[in-house]
Amino acid sequence: MAVAAVKSDAATDLLAAWPLPSGEAQWASEARTTAEAWVRERGAPVRRDEYWKYTNPSTLTALPAPEAAVFDASDETPVFDAVDQLRLVFVDGVFDPAQSDDLAMEHVEIEPLGSALAKDIHWARDLYGVLEARGQAPVARPLAALNTARATEGVVIRVTGRAAKPIRVFYQHAARESDALVRHLVLVEEGAEVTVLENGPAASRFNQVMEVEVRDRGVFNHVRAQGRDHERRAVTGTFARLGREAVMKSFTLTVNGRLTRNESVVEFIGDDAVAHLAGACTGEGDFHHDDTVFVTHDAVNCESRQVFKKVLRDGAVGVFQGKILVKEGAQKTDGYQISQGLMLDDDSQFLAKPELEIYADDVVCSHGSTCGAVDETSLFYLRSRGMTRAEAEELLVLAFLDEAIAEIDSAELADEVRGRLAAWLARRRK
Amino acid sequence: MLKINNLHVKLEEEDKQILKGVDLEVGAGQVHAIMGPNGSGKSTLSYVLAGRDGYEVTEGAASLGDLDLLDLEPEERAAAGLFLAFQYPVEIPGVGNMTFLRTAVNAQRKARGEEELNAAEFLRVIRARAKELNIDAEMLKRPVNVGFSGGEKKRNEILQMAMLEPKLCILDETDSGLDVDAMKLVAAGVNALRSPDRAFLVITHYQRLLDHIKPDVVHIMADGRIVQSGGPELALEVENNGYADILKTVA
Ligand SMILES: Nc1ncnc2c1ncn2[C@@H]1O[C@H](COP(=O)(O)OP(=O)(O)O)[C@@H](O)[C@H]1O
Ligand SMILES: [Mg+2]
Repeated sequence: MAVAAVKSDAATDLLAAWPLPSGEAQWASEARTTAEAWVRERGAPVRRDEYWKYTNPSTLTALPAPEAAVFDASDETPVFDAVDQLRLVFVDGVFDPAQSDDLAMEHVEIEPLGSALAKDIHWARDLYGVLEARGQAPVARPLAALNTARATEGVVIRVTGRAAKPIRVFYQHAARESDALVRHLVLVEEGAEVTVLENGPAASRFNQVMEVEVRDRGVFNHVRAQGRDHERRAVTGTFARLGREAVMKSFTLTVNGRLTRNESVVEFIGDDAVAHLAGACTGEGDFHHDDTVFVTHDAVNCESRQVFKKVLRDGAVGVFQGKILVKEGAQKTDGYQISQGLMLDDDSQFLAKPELEIYADDVVCSHGSTCGAVDETSLFYLRSRGMTRAEAEELLVLAFLDEAIAEIDSAELADEVRGRLAAWLARRRK
Repeated sequence: MLKINNLHVKLEEEDKQILKGVDLEVGAGQVHAIMGPNGSGKSTLSYVLAGRDGYEVTEGAASLGDLDLLDLEPEERAAAGLFLAFQYPVEIPGVGNMTFLRTAVNAQRKARGEEELNAAEFLRVIRARAKELNIDAEMLKRPVNVGFSGGEKKRNEILQMAMLEPKLCILDETDSGLDVDAMKLVAAGVNALRSPDRAFLVITHYQRLLDHIKPDVVHIMADGRIVQSGGPELALEVENNGYADILKTVA
């Protein structure tokens, strides 16, 4: 069969796998129709697509979704538990009000996606599927469009002032076979500020999209710790648009998981804004981790920063595709990108594709990518002080990843992530 | 305490013999100094004793107490009480000095079957030791040796030594790059650790360190061998006449 036919048949099957919701507001139905048309037009992703060259999407599109054993996490405290928070729980991608906190918080409106899409919420209408659609050029992201076309679970969050505590979305994985589509919308109004935390393995297969609009002078902090079920698969898309002097900081920690593709699409439309995107991952064996980032500078004097670090062993594969696009007129852009792989053996692979595309002349953009083994001199120094090879290596791994963790603004949250990571590594050593 | 017998070492990767039969015995409570021109093999000797990769022992033996050193992993030698203060301390970005020290101290205690120090105890001990060496809290927080001046790095080595309380301390050119005040601090740090059941092997290029750390025996190393041994006066002779005279008499 021709590639195009394979893509379009797979798209049809995926769309048919989820029922089209009924009883929604007209704007929601229209957004779904548009997204569905896009999915049909572009077809499901396949390895032959340039954008999926380093990551095979077949298990992300196969039906039924591949199963994933549930990791027994009962003997440890989940990350972020110690943080004062408003907690929202999803089980296999379905909102669980019983386990969740009351949705009321000063300066914040929170509503489950399902009910929001039935109402005439003008701001949700202006966001839902809108940022995702903007992110479809120049590269198609059909799995995100599928999410727009079919997702009924998630939350919509509107922040009008300074949120007193972080909103934490906790994903629990319960069923061996669970195929989840989850969609969040976040609107940070002018001068407002919120932190969104996400953690947990979510489902055997997880397709998550978050659209984030940060208006002028708004601040959006995002810290995510992707769940450690060994066999789970996840594809996520964060689509953000930043107004004047807006700030966005997003960090993701990934430990375990068979396949993870995290896409981030960020667009600057107001001057003097800042976006920092960072990721730390560590995996071994049947572990494939892909960070795909696209930052568009379409305003003056904005700063973007990408810091992605991967520790790989035992045949694990790390991928980084990162692009900075500076449009005409986006003068004084400050763009930075670094991606680094630390290989703990010769079997692992780190594939990086950094790209810059610049149409303005007064900009500073730099990117770098490195891939290497643990430094032997450092190892010897640590061992000469009494640490075993494993302990010394672990300390160096933590140090390597810390450059990404240090991108987290809140010291408390950064320490949460550090503590969790150290515990995970120590546990693996045993 | 330390016994080295006819030690021959070559580079693993190249056919280059560096140590050509070193004999040395350092008893408990003693301080021995090794002096010698650059390239004579002093650092190599210290690395081989500490267990660094890249060297091949072709002949001879080295033991600490009744342990055969050369069979052990570097961390086992450390736990057995060997400490090397590096000529070039290694910078480790991202690892806090304090974390590094606590991990090291506890790793050794664990290896010896002792209880690990809790955070509070550790903090109390390290603060006291750091103060003696004029190491401030800021230096303890910074990543290991990163951005440290030459003197700070050397003082940090001595701090590690003080925390780890080894049986045998090897100091490889700990005085190089130090001004007089820093050298006095380092020497005081070393002298504070002198005890009847601890031995020191002080490698130095200059006699001046030995004014502050009084050695019992001075050895001259040249071309991979110890060519002469004597009392502290041997160091003075080197200081006054250089190595050339000594090497000539030996040859
Ligand atoms: N890893 C190495 N690779 C190549 N040459 C080495 C290595 N280690 C030591 N050497 C050589 O061995 C000799 C002794 O070096 P070293 O032990 O550093 O002497 P010292 O400390 O007395 O100055 C020198 O000629 C040095 O160049
Ligand atoms: Mg030397």
